[in-house]
Amino acid sequence: MGVMATANGGRATGTFTVKRGLADMLRGGVIMDVVDAEQAKIAEDAGAVSVMALERVPADIRRDGGVARMSDPALIDGIQQAVTIPVMAKARIGHFAEAQVLQALGVDYIDESEVLTPADEAHHIDKWAFTVPFVCGATNLGEALRRISEGAAMIRSKGEAGTGNIVEAVRHLRAILGDIRKITQADSAELYAWAKELRAPIGLVQEVAETGKLSVPLFCAGGIATPADASLVMQLGAEAVFVGSGIFKSQDPARRARAIVEATTHFEDAEHVAKVSRGLGDAMRGEELSELSERLAERGW
Amino acid sequence: MEEPAATVGVLALQGDVLEHEAAFADVGVVTRRVRRPADLDGIDGLVLPGGESTTLSMLLESSGLFEPIAQAIARGLPVLGTCAGLILLAGRVEDGRGDQRTFSALDCAVRRNGYGPQRFSFEGVAEPVGDVLDAVGPLPAVFIRAPLVTEVWGGAEVLATESSQGSGGRSAPVVLRQGHVLGASFHPELTGDRRLHRLFAQMAGRAERAPAGSHARPATGSLGRRPSGEPAPARR
Repeated sequence: MGVMATANGGRATGTFTVKRGLADMLRGGVIMDVVDAEQAKIAEDAGAVSVMALERVPADIRRDGGVARMSDPALIDGIQQAVTIPVMAKARIGHFAEAQVLQALGVDYIDESEVLTPADEAHHIDKWAFTVPFVCGATNLGEALRRISEGAAMIRSKGEAGTGNIVEAVRHLRAILGDIRKITQADSAELYAWAKELRAPIGLVQEVAETGKLSVPLFCAGGIATPADASLVMQLGAEAVFVGSGIFKSQDPARRARAIVEATTHFEDAEHVAKVSRGLGDAMRGEELSELSERLAERGW
Repeated sequence: MEEPAATVGVLALQGDVLEHEAAFADVGVVTRRVRRPADLDGIDGLVLPGGESTTLSMLLESSGLFEPIAQAIARGLPVLGTCAGLILLAGRVEDGRGDQRTFSALDCAVRRNGYGPQRFSFEGVAEPVGDVLDAVGPLPAVFIRAPLVTEVWGGAEVLATESSQGSGGRSAPVVLRQGHVLGASFHPELTGDRRLHRLFAQMAGRAERAPAGSHARPATGSLGRRPSGEPAPARR
């Protein structure tokens, strides 16, 4: 695995600018989990900025158990042909061969995801070795910076996927953004202690201290089920949202999808969020966290 | 050279709004986010940023911004579209969704994702044509799932091209101007080169300020003055 940027007739592909650039273009938007071409069309029609192709939505992975893996390439092909928006797909944590396959399929973003069963209990994928950009989940600032150091071009909160419960995503966003605020107040000597505590490279910690933000966009995932959930996390500082089970496990996916798109754009306008929230039918049922047998957010290191 | 004092609206429904705000700050221009029709009052220019054009089309309709922006462009409001913004300005969109509306303000056809999926997104250069942009040679250009300009006609003037393999070895137009309308298929806001933003600041500085409440008025009549160039009526 060599350097990520390759010259191609004067064109440099796979540069960090190009990788994080696509994340920049997705800001203010909603990325929706879909399991087939039909759902992908519904998502695109509702105004999704991107779709995440997977075999089962997290709620079903949680219910069914077993090993959750990368999707069947035929399924990804079908989704790519059905929509014009970017298509993302998930690889297992550390499973760089799955990521190579997804890159070969021409997916636009790879999610190295805790929703799938991890393939490596010590190492994440070396994401610098790829032309395609990666998004990774994080529960705190240290985890976010470690993923960025490995080449992630977008960070999302992990939340607790498949629960329809926003509490963990809120915890993770507050942890990441709260520590960023603290670091901007630290003096230069304290930054070394922060780097040690966060188990993150000092260079990235210093960059956060200087800029007051991550060097890549921070999106929210894990538990968003309503337009007000989207507004909440956007107001907390997320720059876009992923909705997994929340759409296609609800009573009226097309309307709910559209309402969440509107609420993500107009997150500061409570009247607008109220308007789009009316009469959407039942949201996904959701799970109380204390009743879960397994926390997906604990996967990843 | 003194920059004209102007307020530029940045369509803030979705996409890389922050980068355009930062770019205009670099050239001394005040920006304002546009999310609803009232935000258009009194702006000297409007930016349609990068993002997903299908999403932006839907949100333009649902927020009630499509018609007022179409009317403002027809009246001569300077507008800059980058990437998805260029798609929204194009006269014709190939491979788009059937229901995708554009402002039809630039006489060109674009093919969405014409350079391929993300793994073919690239950093390259745009070669200026003529002397409008050429102060210090080529412009650094970031192309992200960019639209490919496949045809140019009528009043659209090509200000820069990009040529390398992928566009079939041919040179494709990447910056177009038609009177008060400026479009780029790449993202000048993601580079440090401010030539395009400076050019647009000049275009906005020369334009007449949109009067308050102008979005509610008809497209024709006493407000139908155009500062320069060809008229670009909004069409569906």
